[in-house]
Amino acid sequence: MTPLLSVSDLRVGFGRNPHANEVVRGVSFDLADGETLAIVGESGSGKSVTALSINRLIDFGGGRITGGSMKLKRANGSLFDLMAATEPQLVRIRGAEIGMIFQEPMTSLNPVLTIGSQIEESFRLHRGLTGRQATAAAKDALDRVRIPDAARRLKYTPNQLSGGMLQRVMIAIALACNPRLLIADEPTTALDVTVQAQIMALLAELKQESGMSMIFITHDIGLVAGIADKVMVMQNGQAVEQGELNQILDNPQHPYTQHLLHAVPHFANGRATRADGQRDKDVHAEPALKVDGLVVRFPLKSSFFSRATGAVHAVDGVDFDLMPSETLAIVGESGSGKSTTAKAVLGLVRSTRGSFSVGAREASADRSARPVQMVFQNPYASLNPRLSIESILAEPVIATGGPVNAKTRTRMASLLERVGLPKNSLERYPHEFSGGQRQRLCIARALMLNPSVVVLDEAVSALDVSVQAKVLELLVDLQREFGLAYLFISHDMAVVERIAHRIAVIYAGQIVEIGDATSVLSQPQHSYTKKLIAAVPTIERRRDHFELDTRQVPSLVRPQGFEPAPARWEQFGGDHRARVEV
Amino acid sequence: MRILRAIFGHGSGRIGGIIVGLYLMLAILGLLGLTPHNPITQYRIDRLHAPNGAYWMGTDLFGRDVASRLMAGIGQSFTVAFFSVAFATLAGTVLGLAAAWLGRRWDGVVMRIMDVLLAFPAILLALLIVTVAGPGTWTSVIAIGIVYTPIFTRVVRGPALSLKAREFVDAARTFGSSSFYIVTRHLLLNLVAPLTVQVTLALAWALLTEAGLSFLGLGTQPPAASLGLMLSDSRNLMETAPWLMIFPGLTIMISILGFNLLGDALRDILDPKMRRAPA
Repeated sequence: MTPLLSVSDLRVGFGRNPHANEVVRGVSFDLADGETLAIVGESGSGKSVTALSINRLIDFGGGRITGGSMKLKRANGSLFDLMAATEPQLVRIRGAEIGMIFQEPMTSLNPVLTIGSQIEESFRLHRGLTGRQATAAAKDALDRVRIPDAARRLKYTPNQLSGGMLQRVMIAIALACNPRLLIADEPTTALDVTVQAQIMALLAELKQESGMSMIFITHDIGLVAGIADKVMVMQNGQAVEQGELNQILDNPQHPYTQHLLHAVPHFANGRATRADGQRDKDVHAEPALKVDGLVVRFPLKSSFFSRATGAVHAVDGVDFDLMPSETLAIVGESGSGKSTTAKAVLGLVRSTRGSFSVGAREASADRSARPVQMVFQNPYASLNPRLSIESILAEPVIATGGPVNAKTRTRMASLLERVGLPKNSLERYPHEFSGGQRQRLCIARALMLNPSVVVLDEAVSALDVSVQAKVLELLVDLQREFGLAYLFISHDMAVVERIAHRIAVIYAGQIVEIGDATSVLSQPQHSYTKKLIAAVPTIERRRDHFELDTRQVPSLVRPQGFEPAPARWEQFGGDHRARVEV
Repeated sequence: MRILRAIFGHGSGRIGGIIVGLYLMLAILGLLGLTPHNPITQYRIDRLHAPNGAYWMGTDLFGRDVASRLMAGIGQSFTVAFFSVAFATLAGTVLGLAAAWLGRRWDGVVMRIMDVLLAFPAILLALLIVTVAGPGTWTSVIAIGIVYTPIFTRVVRGPALSLKAREFVDAARTFGSSSFYIVTRHLLLNLVAPLTVQVTLALAWALLTEAGLSFLGLGTQPPAASLGLMLSDSRNLMETAPWLMIFPGLTIMISILGFNLLGDALRDILDPKMRRAPA
């Protein structure tokens, strides 16, 4: 039987001389009807370029297919040569026979059109439906991706829907014409972990229903388990290993596959937490950072002149303390208030109420020193591209009024060496460094002022998985060496497990569970913590079935003067406690 | 140096660069008085000579050498253009950065004033300012400078707003960097590329506006030479002495072309998307 899609020796290049700048170098695979192929690799491995070559969207991205062959079996059984196809032919293939969903649902939809009209467009173009017929078809499409209350939601614009809902809309559009091949390019990377589980479950169900084939692209080999039949591992534009799912996961042959499977953090339900630096029982020790009753509200005004009618309760009464040499991880989904908490601690947003105290270590001697420093999520955006590394590292010193002299330069050089960057880095510019190296630079910059607390806001989530592991190692080493306290903000449970001593789970602006990392991860008490942990994809749970859940996160908008009910806590041994659920 | 090399590697940049370079040379010679003849000396017997060996571009109604007057005029026009654009760049950058950084009411007030200024056609606004302040070289500089300030304010404010939201600015705040440091190091330094392009293009408009003002008798005052003044003087002699109109006209046209070509080339060269491969 001929496969649905047969790709052999595909080569794709970029730039003026595509033959010399090949980023996909001889990739071959076959995809049978109803089969799912997962392409796994780090950024720059050529996995997305491979996918974009299949529907020839790569032609618009500046790429050129330099060799190989791609044959698609059409619905009538005839073979279609994707390499030789003209643009008008491809327009008929895209959408109708090959559907595609992208990483960013927020930017893939037109913000000013209702989602209904955007779904209808697909039906109009490919099926010639009009008016009421198209609207009915759009409603069916939304029902199909399990969006509750579909008829009403058709009239929504994208900003009224959450990321997970938008990705469902994208899937609905991609499936509108019943394509026999769906290409999903990192469809869940931009989404929260619980939403990711939902989308994965949805894709798996839709695949069952329609019998379509799928190419699923991801950097997270843990995600592959639930959905793929076959796996192809890519590195530097080449497929280093491909085979059946079980064979790749249980018996990987290529060292890179083994590396992806082992070196990368995998969630182990609290069995992989750090053994060092358990919290002292000494209650008299002074915390490095103590946050008491933090409240951050953003007033809502219906118009410029009117008074506030309500407020977004971004952070609603958060307290915790952080000891020197300790990592407190704050986990939660986007919109839960975890980043706002960090920004309030640093003074980047003004807190409505609450107090902080920062431990006295050395800070008292030098009043200008800033004991709390921050490392941001995106290493590409947090360094000014026009400044040399020397100027970048000098900035905190200048900011606090310190002199930049030979001593400062010695400190820069030693910190750069400490974070594992080459000696000649000082004269270079940010664009000369990779993402992981830039994050090391950001860490060095944060350490210039000798802080006692470092806030790490999703500091490793923009990095490739294997780079991530190395940066985490560095962070642990630096913590031991300098006695740093980390406030580690993350949505990634596997990463949190590797670095946290204690974990605070935050939901709708409030801490719902806090305690020792091992205890929280192995015996979660609050239903939200349980839900978060259950959503983490792991290789071991490859046969688990994710239940679809269409509940949305509650709105944080409250009427003027609203105060949350005081929390009641239940203790679960040690310092592990969870909010009593109502 | 890298920019210069890039300009000469760019098709239209090379032409624009050569034209602007030539004009700069002529302007300097004209300002230093190193012209073939004295631009204001009236050679009474040689009135309205057609171009010949002694007077390369002929003479005007008073017997002054057109070529020399052109060089002096280029010097004069360039001086006005450079100073007025410098004024506009400085004022526009400061206002744009202030509006973007201070935000809220400041932003509103500054940008509404700029909108009002922009609502007038450039030449009309310049005319108004000159009429109020009286004609003269420095009045023209200020007038043209004010006219082009809103454009620079807008060019600076937009990108400054987006730079302000970048994480490196947040990072700078966490160290406690002063606003002045953030604005100059993190905002201004990243605005050099769009500003360079804007300056080049604004020079072309400023030249045109200066010529227009002088043409109307409100810019450079006779007997000093200026391109607009020369055109204005040639009006009544268009048929008897066409060289009086053709040479200043061509001079203005080619200079505008040169600056525009150079501006387009700079836009391409300084566009970060063009520098995909890091050095």
